[in-house]
Amino acid sequence: MSSRQSAYYRGITMAPYDLIKEGLIAIAVVGVLVFGLAGVLSSPDVPPLTVQHVATTAPLTFLQTALGELDGTDSINNYGPPYNRGTGSVQSLGPVSLQRLAGVHIPINTAQDMVLGPLRDVARMEPSVAAALQIFGHASTTQQGAWEAAYGTALARARVQGTAVQLPAGGYGPVAPMLTGLLTLGRSGLLEPAIDNSPRIYSTDNTRSILFLQATALPAAAASSHLVGSQWGMMNETGNYPGQAWLWLYTLGYQIPAYASSPNADALVMASIAVLSLLLILVPWIPGLNRLPRLLGVYRLIWRDYYRERAALAPVPPAPQPLVIPGGRP
Amino acid sequence: MGQVPSYVQWGFIQISVPNLVVIVLMLVVFGLALVLPNPHRRVTGGPR
Amino acid sequence: MNLTTALRQRLRRDVVLDDMLPDELPAYVHSYVYLFGIATIASLVFVILSGIVLAAAGPTWWHVSSVGHFLNSVHFWSVQTFFFFLVLHLWTTFFQGAWRDGRGATWAVGMLCFLIGIGTAFTGYISQQNFDAQWIAEQGKDAMNAIGIGAFFNVLDFGQMYGFHIVILPVIVSALVGLHLLLVRRLGVVRPYPTQAEEVNP
Repeated sequence: MSSRQSAYYRGITMAPYDLIKEGLIAIAVVGVLVFGLAGVLSSPDVPPLTVQHVATTAPLTFLQTALGELDGTDSINNYGPPYNRGTGSVQSLGPVSLQRLAGVHIPINTAQDMVLGPLRDVARMEPSVAAALQIFGHASTTQQGAWEAAYGTALARARVQGTAVQLPAGGYGPVAPMLTGLLTLGRSGLLEPAIDNSPRIYSTDNTRSILFLQATALPAAAASSHLVGSQWGMMNETGNYPGQAWLWLYTLGYQIPAYASSPNADALVMASIAVLSLLLILVPWIPGLNRLPRLLGVYRLIWRDYYRERAALAPVPPAPQPLVIPGGRP
Repeated sequence: MGQVPSYVQWGFIQISVPNLVVIVLMLVVFGLALVLPNPHRRVTGGPR
Repeated sequence: MNLTTALRQRLRRDVVLDDMLPDELPAYVHSYVYLFGIATIASLVFVILSGIVLAAAGPTWWHVSSVGHFLNSVHFWSVQTFFFFLVLHLWTTFFQGAWRDGRGATWAVGMLCFLIGIGTAFTGYISQQNFDAQWIAEQGKDAMNAIGIGAFFNVLDFGQMYGFHIVILPVIVSALVGLHLLLVRRLGVVRPYPTQAEEVNP
């Protein structure tokens, strides 16, 4: 070895070692472990929640979701950056809001992106939807709002008969055939591509189609799999599998009452994790913290053979020379 | 392995059984590594 | 200043083959705790190899093929063993005060391997195109948005997350792990804490 390491290990018993062989043995052993676990336990793959599933099994949820997207009451419309200039979910730490500073870079208008846009595709195949869109488009915003409100009230009293949704009679104008048309598109399985593949086809960006279900259907499905924040969900996995247990501290942040009840919960947790991570990186240079292992004494177990050997040697041989690092401390 | 796992509640801590198994295993393996007698190897000689 | 000369001199000083590939080590590394580091590396080998096969076959393959699903299981479990052994290695090096004698950078780089590894795993979970991915992305967006990076690191954008997961982050993690190993071997394993007699009589 180099003279630097020779000097460092002066006075220390050495032993022959074959690092390459040790490495190959480690790979073989871990390989057996990993292939064994994979073969016996497999891995989870729960299929995604599709709009088709929601539209087919819970049409009222679908219609409520779609109405919220059309009339703008869906929380995404008031979320804030990066989607829009809303204030509903804008977080800050003290006077600084990195979220607001970042600005709007993923503009989302739920009415256009998730309802009216896909309906224009349906309109090419369905004349009744084309006609409804015409009427809706030419009406005033007040009129549109009135239709939407009436539809929303009626939806609370709607019934599902087989595959059909039965609304009490009322003045919904074109909103009823529009949302029925969207329901049909949803049931066909074509709503996600209609949302995501506009304006460019072959899109790999699922932002809007995933956000379509964010209000009700997705959280409900997650809760039943114990994946919600208050269920320490970040650490969990679908099925009977270990999750990301290493996210325990991050998840713990969301359980602290002061954080959980704050509108800035995410910013607070992320900032706390950033500070703790920095502390962890800087442990070698933090006085007190860097002496903790010496105080705890677990090292005595690790190196017990070494200490036993040194104690047995008499007289006490000269201690290894402290290594002098230019500009540093031993 | 497809079913929902069971959960253990301890105060405000909620942990899935698979995660608990992993964490307990970590502590057990670490503890064993500390206390098991070190495998004997030949040495190149006494302290240099 | 000649950059080439400077680099050559730096490497000659810090990358000494006798230190990089020694055939003798202090006898005290016989302790079982010294296995956790190499077990972490071995796990990473399988993460990367299985990841390469999964990438070569495309993101749909493991959903529709039983061989593909098995490779995904290998990837899943090697990630679990990677973090399992990494944390045990972290506990070990902490209790050893392994940053002593000029080894602070080794600790810091190792910690970066851990933290960026967590980020890499995160993008992997998001790239699964299943319910787990869907939910993690939908939830994760709030944390990213809250710190202002949500538009530049859009967890709902599969293409972006997949690119981070199979190219950008593995390159960074591999480089950091390589640097970590170089730093470990450059100075060698840390000595045990001195006994009281040695502290009095240096």
